[in-house]
Amino acid sequence: MSLFLVVALPFLGALLPGILNRAGRTVCAGTTFAVSLTALVGLLSNLPALLRGEVIEARVDWLPALGMNMNLMMDGLGAFFACLILGIGLLIIAYARSYLSRDDNMGEFFTYLLLFQGAMVGIVLSDNILVLLVFWELTSLSSFLLIGYWKHLPEGRQGARMALTVTGMGGLAMIGGMLILGQIAGSYDLSVILQNRDLIQADPLYVPALILILLGCFTKSAQFPFHFWLPHAMAAPTPVSAYLHSATMVKAGIFLMARMWPVLSGTPEWFYIVTCAGLITMVLGAVIGLFKHDLKALLAFSTVSHLGLITMLLGTGTAFGAMAAVFHILNHATFKCALFMSAGIIDHEAHTRDIRRLGGLRHLMPVTFVIATIAALSMAGIPFFNGFLSKEMWLEEVSHTTLFGPDWLVPALATFGALFSAAYSFRYIGHVFLGKERHDYPAHPHDPPAGMWLPPAILTVLVVVIGVMPFLAEPAVRFVTSAVLGGTAELPHEHIALWHGVTPALIMSGIAVTGGLIALTLFTPLLKLWDATPRPEAKVVFDAVIAVFVGLARIVTQRLHNGAFTQYAGILTLAIIAAGGHAWLTGESTASTREAMPINMIAAAGWLMLIVATAFLVIQHRNRLLALILMAIIGLIVSVGFAYFSAPDLAMTQISVEVVTIVLLLLALNFLPDITPSESNMGKKVRDGIVALAGGAAAMGFTYHLLMRDFVAPSISEYHLANSYKGGGGTNVVNVILVDFRGFDTFGEIIVLGIAALVIFALTEALLGGKVRARLLNRVPDKPLSGDRHPLMMVILTRVMMPLVLMVGIYIFLRGHNLPGGGFIAGLIVAIALVMQYMASGFNWANERQRYPYHGIIGTGVLVAGLTGIGSWLTGNEFLTSAYGYFRIPPMEEFELATAALFDLGVFLAVLGAVMLSLESYSRLARRAHTPDSEFPMDIDPSRDDPKTVGKGA
Amino acid sequence: MEFLFASSVGLLTAAGLYLVFRLRTFPVILGTSLLTYAVNLFLFASGRLTIGAPPILMDGVTHYTDPLPQALVLTAIVISFGMTAVVVVIALGAYLGADDDHVNDPKEEGADT
Repeated sequence: MSLFLVVALPFLGALLPGILNRAGRTVCAGTTFAVSLTALVGLLSNLPALLRGEVIEARVDWLPALGMNMNLMMDGLGAFFACLILGIGLLIIAYARSYLSRDDNMGEFFTYLLLFQGAMVGIVLSDNILVLLVFWELTSLSSFLLIGYWKHLPEGRQGARMALTVTGMGGLAMIGGMLILGQIAGSYDLSVILQNRDLIQADPLYVPALILILLGCFTKSAQFPFHFWLPHAMAAPTPVSAYLHSATMVKAGIFLMARMWPVLSGTPEWFYIVTCAGLITMVLGAVIGLFKHDLKALLAFSTVSHLGLITMLLGTGTAFGAMAAVFHILNHATFKCALFMSAGIIDHEAHTRDIRRLGGLRHLMPVTFVIATIAALSMAGIPFFNGFLSKEMWLEEVSHTTLFGPDWLVPALATFGALFSAAYSFRYIGHVFLGKERHDYPAHPHDPPAGMWLPPAILTVLVVVIGVMPFLAEPAVRFVTSAVLGGTAELPHEHIALWHGVTPALIMSGIAVTGGLIALTLFTPLLKLWDATPRPEAKVVFDAVIAVFVGLARIVTQRLHNGAFTQYAGILTLAIIAAGGHAWLTGESTASTREAMPINMIAAAGWLMLIVATAFLVIQHRNRLLALILMAIIGLIVSVGFAYFSAPDLAMTQISVEVVTIVLLLLALNFLPDITPSESNMGKKVRDGIVALAGGAAAMGFTYHLLMRDFVAPSISEYHLANSYKGGGGTNVVNVILVDFRGFDTFGEIIVLGIAALVIFALTEALLGGKVRARLLNRVPDKPLSGDRHPLMMVILTRVMMPLVLMVGIYIFLRGHNLPGGGFIAGLIVAIALVMQYMASGFNWANERQRYPYHGIIGTGVLVAGLTGIGSWLTGNEFLTSAYGYFRIPPMEEFELATAALFDLGVFLAVLGAVMLSLESYSRLARRAHTPDSEFPMDIDPSRDDPKTVGKGA
Repeated sequence: MEFLFASSVGLLTAAGLYLVFRLRTFPVILGTSLLTYAVNLFLFASGRLTIGAPPILMDGVTHYTDPLPQALVLTAIVISFGMTAVVVVIALGAYLGADDDHVNDPKEEGADT
């Protein structure tokens, strides 16, 4: 099966549990199980090729320009992790089926679980580090959802937030590190990066990249000083803890260190940082773990400790260390997952996880007792269980490792850690299962159904099999290790075996186990000592740090984002003026290269009108109706200006937009007060005026400067002029640009316009559905309404004009490709023709005659434009390539047909629909607020001999 | 001529800014409309001013004005209508819902979010 499918299956499968939620819990869990199983089988189908020595690949270029390609690769290491993720995933799914109660939303749980599974598989199979980062962040997100699955528990929510914060920050650091690494290697493909060890380690940016990547790994794998989030994530349901926090997600950081081992390891920086962090984490986790009373907290700290152990093994940078790390990853996954599941069973049956309230469970839960004991003994490092083997290898490696101090320091610390590790393992057995049976458990414990004990039992079988017959696992471990080494070092000669003779490692191991037993017998005095020792509580520190940042953010936000929009506008204006001023004063400028055109009387008159209208508008803006009229004058002069300066298309567009804008503002003005009250005092007005004048002066200076100089670089406009007819088949260059050269822009623009109209429609709907509706119904118009709302003359006139305007619209549309006009303008003109009917004959009358909803017209327009674009695919061209030809149908003249015209039709429909939908929405607001609609299109109609309707509705 | 054009742009900008700084929604809408005019004219000016040479290809004519800014401004005009319409409906909704057409949030609110 293709690797793509292996990665995609869990993501696709994540859709199913949610849908099947109602089909029953078994169906839901069964489907999830089937999805994971299919992915696992698909993965295994690649195994024969892998064992032949091939590296399985699947490559698709995604964003080659950014070096981001969907490249997947599976070597021994990837396959090992993917098998762990999918295999243990299956056990977890089976376990969760019995673990989750009827009140839990099982579909939601399994959806999150599959999302997480897909992201994890993605990490371990990615060949591209950018894709790997995407999956990396996806695991953070999906684990956030899983940890916080029990939304009603505050600890769950806080733990989820803490985990997301810590791992998310680490992920951010890692993005930086990965980008540096990619820059150094010249490729973001792992397969290339892994070949460039010398280049990368010689680069001056190696250390920053290393530190950033390690930050990502350490946060994810809960290494000191980022270990604190893992115990808090234990608020998650136990299947999640068993899956994410023992077997998979926390191993992602370790996976990455192993993956990057060939290029990053072997330097002093790597050695000191990774080995120290690992050792400290190992010892610290073990010591804290012993004194935790919550079963899951104990296991969480033991996980932290064991992750430290693996990290340290990778840090030493020797081939033997890498092999031991791989082996311990496998062993830890088996026994720790089983332990978590057993803790879940105890919690499920005894209703408590507090060790102080447990004890003597061995008779009540014999099956669980056997499972937990085997797993715990393996964790303690007792012979014949797999944990012993890899712990021996670790101690062997430790005995050859020297950090800062004397030779004996590292072995002593490691033995100290191992001692506590053995002690908490024994405590797990001794204080929970051994001892006297009690009578005060919160619930009467008994062994769970097979669905819950079988998954951990399978894992403990593995624990024993590997522990007794390590030669079975050795080929696999060697195979994976060779992938980790990546050819930079030779596979170690040592074999994994139970007996190597009396080595230093065995002596250290013996001391640790004996010491562990002694420590447990002395547990009560030790606990007292521990409780008396002051130590920082990570959550308190974390919360305090977060509180400081929240406080800082709040100060900044409240200062800058105080709800005074006017103030924002002022700050924005001043900032732009300052930036422009800076550029003006420091930049270079040439002398003017163009001659000013002479001023003639007409232009001067137009300018004067604009100046006067604008000045009056500013002075009179409080009188809203007058302000609108002045706005219309300004718009009119602007359109005349466009026409004057050789832009007929713009002039036509501007004037038709002006008409609909004014109609729209008039509709709105209906509801708004006539007069804007004066609120600013003189000082504020002067201040605003000064800022406004400064902005105006800047705009004027800039424009004048621009107008008096030629282009700095040759313009691309020449191309459009030269190719408009040859390539686009039209002589109106502006229209050809719109529908052909830059058709994609236009396509986007009509979509935006359509969305704007739909927003208006939706907002109106929302307003009419809420309290505004009642308000409108009770509203008393503040101005007297006209007695003759639909005057006879106007009705007749608009109806006569309707066909004429429509014809003009069609004419403007058809000629658009060659002469001023086109879809935009035609759409606006037809909209005006329709609006006239609404205004003259009333909403009711016009609405009855309107057959197609405006939403549909917008949609049709966008569709027509889009399909025209897609049509060019059929001829093997790019999206929106236009074609044209000349036709002659007697007796008409020869005329041209271009696919661009079809595209323009789409534009026309979209513009028409958008304008009409906006205006219609406003009218619907108005209809709520006013007296009932007139029954007739004309209030006074001499042909109607029904006197009682005359004058009604005033 | 260039001076007339540039001063018009400047005046429209100044008037637009002044109205945007007002405290009620209606003048702010007028102000943004004036700013729209100013911006559109400025963009149009980036093709420089030409009289009597529209970009309609004709035989024997070699000098045309720059068509590209025109095409860009044309869509900008239509889009700005859409923008105005949306802003107006938001302003209207706010006024009808709260009987208040102030632009700024009231002082006591917005202190804590």
